[in-house]
Amino acid sequence: MTMTLNDLAKYEGLASEAILAEEFEHSAEEQAALLEKMRERIAEMRDSIERGLASDKASITGMVGWNAKTLWEAEDKFASPLLRRVQAYAMAVNEENARMGRIVAAPTAGSAGTLPGALIGVADHLELDDEAMLMPMIVSAGFGKVIGNSMFIAGATGGCQAEIGSSAAMAAAAVCEMLGGNARQSVHAGAMALMNTIGLVCDPVGGYVEVPCVSRNAFYSVHAVSSAQLALAGLESFIPPDEVVGAMASVGRMLPPELRETGEGGIADTPTGRMIALKMAEDT
Amino acid sequence: MSLLDVIGPVMVGPSSSHTAGACRLALLARHTLKAPPQKAKLELHGSFAKTGKGHGTHLALVAGLLGCFPDDERIPEAFDLAKKEGLEVDLGEKDLGDVHPNTVCIRLENENEKVSVTGSSLGGGLVKIFKIGDFEVNFSGSYFTLLVEHEDRPGMIASVARVLADDGINIATIHSSRRKRGGDALMSVETDRPPPAYALEYLRNLPHISWTRTLPEVMSGEKEESDDA
Repeated sequence: MTMTLNDLAKYEGLASEAILAEEFEHSAEEQAALLEKMRERIAEMRDSIERGLASDKASITGMVGWNAKTLWEAEDKFASPLLRRVQAYAMAVNEENARMGRIVAAPTAGSAGTLPGALIGVADHLELDDEAMLMPMIVSAGFGKVIGNSMFIAGATGGCQAEIGSSAAMAAAAVCEMLGGNARQSVHAGAMALMNTIGLVCDPVGGYVEVPCVSRNAFYSVHAVSSAQLALAGLESFIPPDEVVGAMASVGRMLPPELRETGEGGIADTPTGRMIALKMAEDT
Repeated sequence: MSLLDVIGPVMVGPSSSHTAGACRLALLARHTLKAPPQKAKLELHGSFAKTGKGHGTHLALVAGLLGCFPDDERIPEAFDLAKKEGLEVDLGEKDLGDVHPNTVCIRLENENEKVSVTGSSLGGGLVKIFKIGDFEVNFSGSYFTLLVEHEDRPGMIASVARVLADDGINIATIHSSRRKRGGDALMSVETDRPPPAYALEYLRNLPHISWTRTLPEVMSGEKEESDDA
């Protein structure tokens, strides 16, 4: 895809239409095949959620495993079933990931819960069927692809803002389209989400994709839904979307290695964090 | 990048680099042998070694050696599977020098064959094999890979290229290295689709060619494996 986010925002219509038109200019057959594969991805995500909500088995390190199920079964004191569903779904996926269960990287394994948490969470809350998520998935994939064209989406190169920032932006754009947002609104949903993850560091305890990754997917799943809400009300990112991506990439380059998935900074570098790292290394 | 690379791959967690990537490296190594490996010695370097256990790297490597793709739910049971299939595994740490932090040297043996394959997991599930035996190679598993071991003399690359061209096989990348001038050489050729069996048979019987293998692409998930003749 050569179109930029600013280009996509100018499209008069749905973001998914623009993305499909560019990707499959000459091939209706390829488009149909891709849509079929995307449906499979949705089914896989649902499967991860179901398994994750039903299990409290700990990961190999023992740091996570029961959070999604616990939240799902706890009393909702906020009268806010949407909030809890989105959070629980996101954590379910990442805890399945931590347990060596099967998930869909979106765009990475560490950020795999954000999109299903937001998109499937909202869809289930509003009782929409899975087909309603198909075009939104295209939007999120397209959005992610544009980001990926500017930078490598990995904690090691760009910090957590690269992985979770991308997944939250992708999820925000997807939720926006699902609820009737046009291309401009979907792009701005993504841009606002992304803008508000800049500076997020990658400091996983022990170097494992568990703490803070599991809960972080819950937080940024909600963040994505918030952003979609703002965009659907007509709010926009003041800084043009492509420039937001550029800013994120540039901040990523400024982050010291200690804060880019080396386990040498942030919460990974706490006394408890260091102890976990030692314990797991010894246990080999 | 396909839209399915952004939302994908479907994989067993927890880590694209330390689990999915590890599995892919081992899968490629397995295919350098004609018959399944019976003995495997895995030397993990750097971050692969340090965080291997918590990331399931060891399990993913063994699973790949058994032919599992990154989305195979049997990966967490790889050690048991290995016992069942009669694969002896020796897992250890080794400083492999100035290489990517997620690098492993995989030494495989069966009744008639012996090979060592070294590769790195670059992040996001992407991998690179850069050494086979003491030859430098360069392939990623994103395409079909043809390996050809031959005597180092003029015309060898041209012969291989000609066979591929005659069958309309497009070459994506080609890398060649030799032990010494006039000694043995190994080329790794990445192609858009696998060369047909008769082309491989023809190639194998050309003068000065001692060994060929085709490796499947491992990036898009479980497929019908096309066996090398």
